[in-house]
Amino acid sequence: MSAESGHVVADGQATDVSVADVASAVRNGDRSASSIVEDHLSRIGELDDEIHAFTTVVADRAREAATVIDQKIESGEDPGPLAGVPVALKDNMCTRGVTTTCSSKMLEQWIPPYDATVVERLSAAGAIVVGKTNLDEFAMGSSTENSAFGPTRNPHDTDRVPGGSSGGSAAAVAAGFAPLSFGSDTGGSIRQPASLCGVVGMKPTYGRVSRYGLVAFASSLDQIGPFTRSVADAALAFDVIAGHDPRDATSIATAYEPVGPHLTDGVEGLRVGVISELCRQDLEGFEPAVVERTSRAAEALADAGAKVDEVSIPSVIAGLSAYYMIAPAEASSNLARYDGVRYGLRQPGQNTASMMAASRTAGFGDEVKRRIMLGTYALSAGYYDAFYGKAQRVRTIMIQEFEQVYQRFDVLLTPTSPCEAFRFGAKADPLTMYYNDVCTIPSNLTGQPAISVPYGTGAEGLPVGVQVLAPMLGESDLFRAAAVLERSLEGSVS
Amino acid sequence: MAKVAQLAMLELSDEELDRFTGQLDAVLDLGGRLDAFDVADVPPTAHPYGLTNVFRADTVENDDDVRAEALAAGPEIEDGRFKVPPALGEAL
Amino acid sequence: MSEPNQLPKGWEMVIGLEVHAELSTATKMFSPARNEFGGEPNTNVHPVCLGLPGTLPVVNEQAVALSIRIGLALNCTVQRCVFARKNYFYPDMPKDYQISQYDQPLNADGYLDLASGARIGIERAHMEEDTGKSTHIGASGRIHDAGYSLVDYNRAGVPLIEIVSRPDIRGPEQAKEYVEELRSILVAIGASDGKMEEGSLRVDANVSVRPVGADELRTRCEIKNVNSLRSVGRAIVYEARRHVDLYDAGDAPRQETRHWDEEGGRTRAGRSKEEAEDYRYFADPDLVPIDPSPEWIDEIRRALPALPKERRESLQAVGAEPQMAALAVTRDLDGLALATIEAGADCSRVMTHVANNLAVEGAERLEPVRLAELVTMETGGALTATQAKQVLAEMVDTGRSAADVAEARGFEAMDTDELESLLDGIIAQHAEQWGRFTDGDDKERKKMQGFFTGQVMKATQGQADGKVVNRLLSLKAEI
Repeated sequence: MSAESGHVVADGQATDVSVADVASAVRNGDRSASSIVEDHLSRIGELDDEIHAFTTVVADRAREAATVIDQKIESGEDPGPLAGVPVALKDNMCTRGVTTTCSSKMLEQWIPPYDATVVERLSAAGAIVVGKTNLDEFAMGSSTENSAFGPTRNPHDTDRVPGGSSGGSAAAVAAGFAPLSFGSDTGGSIRQPASLCGVVGMKPTYGRVSRYGLVAFASSLDQIGPFTRSVADAALAFDVIAGHDPRDATSIATAYEPVGPHLTDGVEGLRVGVISELCRQDLEGFEPAVVERTSRAAEALADAGAKVDEVSIPSVIAGLSAYYMIAPAEASSNLARYDGVRYGLRQPGQNTASMMAASRTAGFGDEVKRRIMLGTYALSAGYYDAFYGKAQRVRTIMIQEFEQVYQRFDVLLTPTSPCEAFRFGAKADPLTMYYNDVCTIPSNLTGQPAISVPYGTGAEGLPVGVQVLAPMLGESDLFRAAAVLERSLEGSVS
Repeated sequence: MAKVAQLAMLELSDEELDRFTGQLDAVLDLGGRLDAFDVADVPPTAHPYGLTNVFRADTVENDDDVRAEALAAGPEIEDGRFKVPPALGEAL
Repeated sequence: MSEPNQLPKGWEMVIGLEVHAELSTATKMFSPARNEFGGEPNTNVHPVCLGLPGTLPVVNEQAVALSIRIGLALNCTVQRCVFARKNYFYPDMPKDYQISQYDQPLNADGYLDLASGARIGIERAHMEEDTGKSTHIGASGRIHDAGYSLVDYNRAGVPLIEIVSRPDIRGPEQAKEYVEELRSILVAIGASDGKMEEGSLRVDANVSVRPVGADELRTRCEIKNVNSLRSVGRAIVYEARRHVDLYDAGDAPRQETRHWDEEGGRTRAGRSKEEAEDYRYFADPDLVPIDPSPEWIDEIRRALPALPKERRESLQAVGAEPQMAALAVTRDLDGLALATIEAGADCSRVMTHVANNLAVEGAERLEPVRLAELVTMETGGALTATQAKQVLAEMVDTGRSAADVAEARGFEAMDTDELESLLDGIIAQHAEQWGRFTDGDDKERKKMQGFFTGQVMKATQGQADGKVVNRLLSLKAEI
């Protein structure tokens, strides 16, 4: 654990604590929230220059919030299920009074006048925000290299990317800056960095967690989810943020049932399908050692009593094509509002249009411009049917195929990312980078929940995750399988 | 591509236009793989979860602080309004 | 409907109107900010209607209910609908897209019957949100200072209904009649205040011309910025003549958006229209479809008040002239007029008061029985028309009865005994009418009550108390 070795993961330091342990220690009065926060702030101060997980650290606000929690404990008030838990938020979630930059020059100075619903729920639960984390600009990317403020480094090897777009949040948990962080997942932006950083990352069912206050990338795909070092912690965090929000019209009103109680259910009789299209070693960019880890995970589930079988979902590869039409199209519209009039970067111009164009051109980086261009094209007259319209229909086919498969299976298994963490600049060609999302994209298109669980290391000794998928609202089965995978690894894998 | 840039309100240099055109062609080729699907009778999916009729009550929520903070974020404010250069045409 | 002298012989106008009306809700279409005209700039705003990053729209249920009401009043099919984004950059529009409805509108395929007899097809009536307002601040006079604009988002996000007619309108008068009829419907059903002068009702006109008798639809131009009923007519005539002139010169109009210049009395081509707009409509992923249940639609239908057409017909059924009936409905005095006439008062006198003396504040509070009493005194000769007008004005102001006001103005009511003997004499002289009073049905009875009251008033020069006369008549009839 030192900057020289390029390796700064949590490893038995004061900050190598679980969400559950912090919360119970604070609630029981064994530890003060303030001392927990100080431990984490000092680790951040010591190591974040190297990792660059954060765009903003809010030390003073965190200390104040910790004091409030400690006062509650003293006065006998319930401080909430996440009492004193330091939490890092991807910097595309609105925080009142704290800049929310989306790692873009466009919003470098922007201070929201309101909190995202998730932020409100976390505060109400007693969690303490320690900072905002780095991301690919407006969550567009898979490496955090697209941040306007410089990339985040992978705590396991600082010459490599942490994945993305929620690379800062994944790195923050991996490095012990916080036991809990949150990201947003549009095409794998939680699960892929979780895999590359060796932490648990979960994308809920679309509509389970409010998007209110999450700066939109692709509205029909975006979901907020947690990063933690354990499956149980992810369940605890998910139970806090999930549930209906009247401010998000796409939020599911069905009563929410906590997943926590299902963690110890085991997988006896659970029907597990391994998606054959995503476990082939001959797919472009797929590393054999990564595919091998998925096979080992399948075996572990079988050993624990699950019925494991291969399953084919022919449309799954086409998900990539559909995604790269739908997400940029929605983004091109969602990002139109950054025009220099009401907030954000403003460049001078002779007239309104030239001011807007100059502001947008100066405020957005290459990848964002590329996707806006792509999306504008896909929606434009004469091309809509061939691209956007067609993608929305293929999306339907994919949903139908998954629904059929879920009549025979309870959960599905795939690798999370086709590869281990790669070196900076290794995937400079946009298309090569896009291929990285092939395993994670289907869940965003179908809206179904998915989780990445660390499952050993690959050929280069870096973390590899396996992904569990479940049908809509199937989070309890998702966590059952994830918990068994996590336990199967203890003692058996380095 | 220049037309698309105009619709997207972006000013791209010739170099950027060239580079993006090549990259976008590659992605559009990827999109072209969708042609393998027969979607003639398939409805489009705009939402992964089939909700309908989600409404809010017609009740005013007014927070002066929020409003003041929102206005304070404006790049240029005059008389409580957002100042912008003249629209094209008004300049003459 | 033919309107003379509008176009050279052989040409006719083909007009479709797009009417935008702001809905009378408490809050905006997708945001809980107040929906209110005027106010200090940027006071009726909220993060959602300012389009701040991360905010999401949620549909105002009352806006949907009012829109369904409009659809039903316009005989439309109310159907499952989807919100779509219309993408274009515009500083007045906080998200740089407008949430509207595109290929799946809430209301489709209706019609509107005009008083003059024409039926105008309604293609659709869909929901959308309004934009903010820019004010141009002029240049200082320095050569390179072109001034600037200031944007106020108070109006941004106010719920709108856009009512699109079919190209069934054939002239400026009919266009005005359509707008007026539509406006009166919107007001009558409480969906909009319909104030053109405050911009809560706005009209765009699609105008083309064709040879009389032809079926074709020629190139049309959309005329925007038509802010009064008068300009609707003027703009249409100007534009139609421009088209005829172009065709006569061997040329043809281009499809384009033009702006009505009220001062110049002409339309002007919109700026930078060389390239067609490409709005890149797509279903808004932040919103879900609205699929109104048959029960909800029925509930709204049942609560729908009588529409202006029906109200005019009710008044005509009791004898009002069509134009007077229309006027009464426009002034929202038709309910009073109808009840007064049904209480036995003379129809033409009632309608005259509605037309001439009741276009005043508080008239709607007047009770029908009191107005009937006044009219009866008047028809009975107890009051001259001038006196009646004065008494009426005071009745509206003070809420007092006609008899009280008349008395206060020096018309002493006779005492009951005196009145009774006078009445006996009148009954004796008019045996036939008395028979109709005692034996007739309710309507006949009311008519005869008016007759006898009138006779008493005539004999007493309006000094008798109408109420006492009525009581005496009832007493005598029962004997």
